[in-house]
Amino acid sequence: MLQTGILLFPGINRERDMAIAVEQSFGRAPKMIWHKETDLSGIDLVIIPGGFSFGDYLRCGAMAAQSPVMQAVKAHAARGGYVLGVCNGFQILTEAGLLPGALLRNAGLRFLSMDTMLRVERNDTIFTSHYQKGQVFRAPMAHGDGNYTADPATLDRLEGEGLVAFRYADGNRNGSARDIAGIYSENRRILGLMPHPEDLVDPLMGGIDGKPLFDSLAAA
Amino acid sequence: MKAIVTVMLKDGVLDPQGKAIGHALNNLGFAQVGDVRAGKIIELELAETDAAKAKLAAEDMAKKLLANLVIESFKVEIAA
Repeated sequence: MLQTGILLFPGINRERDMAIAVEQSFGRAPKMIWHKETDLSGIDLVIIPGGFSFGDYLRCGAMAAQSPVMQAVKAHAARGGYVLGVCNGFQILTEAGLLPGALLRNAGLRFLSMDTMLRVERNDTIFTSHYQKGQVFRAPMAHGDGNYTADPATLDRLEGEGLVAFRYADGNRNGSARDIAGIYSENRRILGLMPHPEDLVDPLMGGIDGKPLFDSLAAA
Repeated sequence: MKAIVTVMLKDGVLDPQGKAIGHALNNLGFAQVGDVRAGKIIELELAETDAAKAKLAAEDMAKKLLANLVIESFKVEIAA
């Protein structure tokens, strides 16, 4: 993978963690891209980090999904470009219609800030080639609205077409349908997930469980 | 002209906030309270004199931004 770009919206707060994870695996720093930019030329992988874009007003990700840069991301995706959205980034991708379904308030109403375990549903995608199929790895989560929902037909399609990327493997704390923690687009070039693999990429962070995701992308 | 957009979670979509409000009301002694649903009301001041046009515009806004039709439904009322 050549060049990555990390989108910046007001209220985003995980962009530096993401940049550290990217730089460590890719050996070069990502471009930081302000939300008013409309030119993504030269960017192979767009990353939408976590945080609270536009204060989570109206719905998480609703405002960011309408921003100028997201029009460019839609064009990038239509060209077959790669996109990774984590946490608020996942919410923005669903609000923009780039991934199906929506993320509701956690079923228990509480903000969840803790580690969770994720199971890798398939390892033949550019995001997961450095994991084993069925591997369970640790990822921190920090969200109030991570309850993935979609209509039953969409959930059946996601499962039938192998578009579930990760499932919660140690209990479903936010109420997500079918334990879904992350999903792919139909062409498997867009991935959205709620937990934060970028926060476990160095022993100094307490582990490197998230590093294979970035190593996979760097090798793609 | 003012448009009032009411956005609610669709029937069948879990509304934990509504549930929590219902529990709290039961705890306050309002035993008659059953299902509770919580939503949003958005008031829009529109530079428009034609009520039909104002309604169409507000509906367009609701579809594009104010409601997420995957999980929410909306209704628009025009106030004088």
